[in-house]
Parts: sequence; structure tokens; C-alpha cells
Amino acid sequence: MSDTALNAPWATADRQRVATQFGMWAFLATETLFFGAIFLFYAVARWSHPAGFLAGAREADAWFGSANTIVLLTSSLTMAIAERGVRAGLVALARAMYALTIALGLCFLTIKGFEYAKDISEHLIPGRRFPLAETGASAFWAFYWTVTVVHAIHLTIGLGIVARMLLIPRDRLAARWTTAEGTALYWHLVDVVWVFLYPLLYLAGR
Amino acid sequence: MGDAPEAGLLGREPGERNYLTAGTTVRSWLLTTDHKRIALLYAAGITFFFFLGGAAATLMRAELVTPAGDLLTADEYNRTFTLHGVIMVWFFLVPSIPTTLGNFLLPLMIGANEVAYPKLNLFSWYLWLAGGLLTLFALLAGGVDTGWTFYTPFSTLYSNSHVLLAAAGVFVAGFSSIATGINFIATLHLLRARGMTWMRLPLFAWAMYATSLVMVLATPVLAMALLLLFAERAFGLPIFDPRAGGDPVLFQHLFWFYSHPAVYIMILPAMGVVSEVIACEARRRVFGYEFMVYAMLMIAIIGFMVWGHHMFISGQSPFASLVFSALSFVIAVPSAIKVFNWTGTLYRGQIRFSTPMLYALGFVGLFTLGGLTGLFLASLPLDVHLTDTYFVTAHFHYIMVGGSVSAFFAGLHFWWPKITGRLYSETLGRFAAVSMFFGFNFTFFPQFVLGYLGMPRRYHEYPPEFQAWHVMSSTGAVVLAFAYLWPLCYLGWSLVKGERASDNPHDATGLEWQTRSPPPTDNFAEPPIVTGPPYRYHEEGYAPHAPAAADEPQRP
Repeated sequence: MSDTALNAPWATADRQRVATQFGMWAFLATETLFFGAIFLFYAVARWSHPAGFLAGAREADAWFGSANTIVLLTSSLTMAIAERGVRAGLVALARAMYALTIALGLCFLTIKGFEYAKDISEHLIPGRRFPLAETGASAFWAFYWTVTVVHAIHLTIGLGIVARMLLIPRDRLAARWTTAEGTALYWHLVDVVWVFLYPLLYLAGR
Repeated sequence: MGDAPEAGLLGREPGERNYLTAGTTVRSWLLTTDHKRIALLYAAGITFFFFLGGAAATLMRAELVTPAGDLLTADEYNRTFTLHGVIMVWFFLVPSIPTTLGNFLLPLMIGANEVAYPKLNLFSWYLWLAGGLLTLFALLAGGVDTGWTFYTPFSTLYSNSHVLLAAAGVFVAGFSSIATGINFIATLHLLRARGMTWMRLPLFAWAMYATSLVMVLATPVLAMALLLLFAERAFGLPIFDPRAGGDPVLFQHLFWFYSHPAVYIMILPAMGVVSEVIACEARRRVFGYEFMVYAMLMIAIIGFMVWGHHMFISGQSPFASLVFSALSFVIAVPSAIKVFNWTGTLYRGQIRFSTPMLYALGFVGLFTLGGLTGLFLASLPLDVHLTDTYFVTAHFHYIMVGGSVSAFFAGLHFWWPKITGRLYSETLGRFAAVSMFFGFNFTFFPQFVLGYLGMPRRYHEYPPEFQAWHVMSSTGAVVLAFAYLWPLCYLGWSLVKGERASDNPHDATGLEWQTRSPPPTDNFAEPPIVTGPPYRYHEEGYAPHAPAAADEPQRP
């Protein structure tokens, strides 16, 4: 999907750009439904056992969650600057911002890793040693683990495609703004999902 | 072959390159981005899966000849029907028409030389193949005993079979479906030829559009449902386990949110094929073209709102059941519009009872019966009596096998000359089409009666009073098996020794017939320009029964 070379079946570069954007938005629609299904699980679990579910939610560490929210929102800012940079032909700025985005993404994963270590040390994995007795508490943690792992996988894939932007030779980066736009759209999706996850995971029990 | 100029082949250079001869190495096939070749790759795959699923069905029908469970144990029977269901749904029916005929024809029909994302198209095939092999491995390693629906909590907590592997296979294949859907939608939006407005699209292209919408919007929900199942079974996270505050019915909601629209993934392409075949073989414009388009879109949209009718007895609230029941009746309206419009197209047509037409007419009859029995199941009180009986089995086989498979064979025969450049034997083809209609009804009509009398599905033993109906059904299955195997012989023969086909043997008006048979790699010598609506089988104002027309020389 490069902008410099015209791929089959497109007759013009403009049309090819439209196609890339079109495909990316269609993909984001599927992602919305994908996460929508697990949010339905959240709604059902919280609605059927409100007290137990929120008792489980109280155990989530809001400090880790809040720190990660700040990190990820900042990475969206750097990503947005990078995308505008590519469009404006500011190659050095764009590359620096991509590098910063990757650094922030890795920072997110690191914080998440420490959070997981703390959760595991408190046995917050549904199972025999799970400390909370209320019905519904383990459902919260089932949601927590599934959704954060799925989100982290999405973020890791995102790191890959941002790294790919850095692999494009400097002199050709400015022509690749459609690719930059697609990359940014994906990264913002990962971010938007987290914007929903933050209140659902960390603020629900407070 | 080809050195003596035959009728319709005049002006053809003997060694002319087409998409089949453009490259002959294995590599040129496995790395192809040509939508026509990818269609054939899929065709090879689904043919394999179709006969594998068919073999499992044969084993089940053999077991059910006698009331005692003498051929298979209960457990083996469970694994056999699960194999049949999983393979037939995800590796045959869902991909069948879209990935083969759809891939081949969609760009040709709209005057494009490729789909929108050719590399993604090839990647879809590999994903689908990987999913298929994973599932196949699960089924060969010992099988799965949950049924194709993977209902919890049995699938997550109790089953001792390879649920995880099979679910992973379906999960992967799902992404192939999503990618194909996005590809088709983008192709239709962005690659239509000059003058090919939306209301000039052939109905098959519209069917692909409606199908792709369902694929793109429903499949991700199945992916998440399977992922949650995976999390519960593999890691013990209590998601569907009621003892820890989970909800097993939630799985059914998520599953059917995909799997009910999935039956429209299976039937909408069939409707597209049949519309093309009936219009051409009756030499008529499609009656009520715009109604046909809107009916397909309505089916795709309302199809998302009826999933609850699979859960009338699962503890869903009575209010929800009422709403789902009402909506399930509503979806019968666009379906009926289509049947009436096909009939309207046939009216005063000059009908050729060719092989594809026989399959298509069979489709209309079987789909009508399948659709009407669907109304029985949409009705709350009747459904309570009929749930999980052979009535349900018969109903959905009328739609999926009688409907989709008939249409698939109709399309296969109709476009065979375009795809392969060869003709098949009409006599043998008609025989296969009639055998299939006969064998199908013989197999599945008795199951309506069985179900109504109370025979539950998914049992390998039954009380002796049901035996007569089961024997009838199994005998019909023999005829049906013949009807499926027989085309392999004469179509295989046609591939090797068949007479060369002209570019437009049916004298059809679609753009795909305006290029060579088989088409060249880039489809059209120059980009086509479309100036009118599809199906111009007789010009405006032409009246075949007018007195003036009676004196004109008759053409066969």
C-alpha cells in the first residue's frame, strides 16, 4: 500500500489513497464489534451481581491504571504530531515522534507488567486461591484479565506497525502520508479502547 | 483442440493466453494475486471439506437406519455430528459461494480487473486454510463432542474433547471471512466501471455486498465469543460459569448474534446466483429489480435482530422472546418478495430447462419450503414443541442444503464455461440436478414428520416407531450422495475432454460474458463502459406475444 508505487488495481494514486482509508475504517468497524462483545460481558456480569462485581473492582489498582492512561494519551498526542509531520514533510520531527510513540507504548507495557505482578502476588486470578468470596467478584477479574491481555496484544501489534514507519527511508517518508494515516488510525483505536477500559476497570469500584 | 475454428470461437487465436495458462508452476498458483486463481484455490479447498463433511453425514445416516446404536457409540456419534456441523458451516457453506463464484465474478461483473486488495485476498485464503487445518487436526486427533454450537458450560467445563483446537480453527477462519468482506465492500464502492451505477449492478453483485456487510459486522462478535470460551476453558476464568456469577446464556447470545446472521451469509449469495440464472434462462429482465435489491439489504439488516429466536427455551425473558418472534416473522417479508419476484420473472419467459435452470428452480421450491417452516419456528408456542427436534434439522437443511447448495451447483454449472472455457454434458447435468432435488426431498422431508412426532436431534438411538421415517431419510441420503458425486465425474471429464466454450454460450448480458472464456489475466482488453441497466434480455417495448411478432421468424 505504498503511495510512491501504484499497485494493482488502482488507476490513480488518489484512488489508491481512498482505498487505503476505506479499508482501514472498515477494519476499525470490525474492531468496534469485537470489543463490543466483551463490553457486553461486562454489562451482564455487573448487572447480575452488582455488589460482588464492584467488590472485585475495588481491588484493581487505580494508580497503575491512571499512570497508564496518562502514558497512552500522551502517545496518541505524539502519534498525531507524527502523522501531521509526515503530511507537512517534516521528516525529522515525524521520526522523532514515532520513536517517542514506541517508547511510550513500551512504557505502557512495562507499567502493565508491574501491575500484573502485583495482581498475581495478591492472587487476583480467579481460581482456588482467589481472595474474594462474593459472587461476581471473580467475574470482574475474568473480564480484567481477558480484556487487558487482548488490549496489550493490540498494542504490541501497534508497536510493530509504528516501527515499520521508522523503517521507511527518510527521503520517501513524506510521500507515505496515507500509510501514516492508517498507522495513526490504528494507534488511536488502541487508545480509544483504553479510554473506555480505564473507567470500567479502575473507577467502577471507587 | 482449437485448430479448427468452431462457431463462437472465430477470431480466437489458438494459443491465446488466459488466466489459467498465464503461469503453470505451483509457485504461480500459491503466490497468485489474481482473483480468478484465488477463487479456484478456494474451490479446491471447499470441495475437500464438502466431501469430508458429507462423509460424516453418511456415517450418521448409516447409524440411524436401525433404532439401536449399533454402528457408533453415543460418544462417537456426538463427534461425528460435530465434525459434520463445524466443517459444513465454517469450511463449506459460509465461504462457498462468496469465495469461489464471488471472487471469480465480482470484479468481472462490475468491469474491474481485480478486487480492491489483491494481496489481502490471497492472505484470506491462507488464513482460511490455516483455520481449516487446525480444525481438521482437532477433529482427527479425537474430535469434538459439543456440536457445532460449542454451547457452554459443556464446552468450557465438562467436555473432554479438543474444543480449544477446534475453536481456534474457527477463530482464525473468521478473520479470513472478515478480510474477504472488507475486500468485496471496497471493490464494489471503488472499482465499478464507468457508468456502472449502483442500480445497474447485477443482483449477484448486490448479494455479495449484502453478504459482506453481514460478514464484516457479525464475525468479530463470534471471534470474541470464541475468545471468551477459550479464556474460560484454558485459564479457568469464570465467564460463562454460573457458580461464579457468569452466565451460560450470554454465550448463546454472542454466538447467535453471529450465527443467525451467518445463515444469511449462506443464503444471500445463493439468492444472487439464482437471480442471475433465472433471468438469463427465462430470457427476461428480473421482475422488480429495485425491490430485489432492497429485499436483500433488508434481509441483511433485519438478520441482525432475530438471533433471540434460538433461545426461546433458554430462559430468555418472555418479552424478549415476543420481540424476537415478531422480528423473525418480519424477515419473512423480504424473503417472500424475492420468491414472488423470481416467479414474476419466469412469467411469460422463454424458459430453457438447462442444468443451471433446473438447479435454480429447485432452489426456489426448496427455499420456499424451508422459509415457510421457519415461520413455524418463529412462532413461540410451536417452537417450544419443536425445539431441538428433527423439525429444526429439516428446516435449516432446506435452507442451507436445499437452498445454498442447490444455488452453488446452479452457479457452478452456469459459469462453468466462463471459468474453465469448456462445456459439460447437458444431459448428464440435468440428470444430476433432478437427482439432487429428488434425493434432497427424500432425505429431509421425512425429518419434518419425525420432528413433529417428537424425535429429538443429536441422538444415535431412538424408539422403533420412528424407524420407517429414518430408513426413508437414509435411503434418500444415498440418492443425494450420488447426486453430489456424479457432477465430479462429468465436470472432471469436461475439464479434460470437454468441448471448447464460446465467450457467451448462454447469450447472457452480464459484463462477465463480454470477455473471453476463460478470461485473460487482466479481465478486459479495455475498461468496459456501461450504458444501461442489467438483464436486457428483451428490449423495452418488445412484446413476444404481439400479433406483429407472430410473423417474424422464430428463433429457438
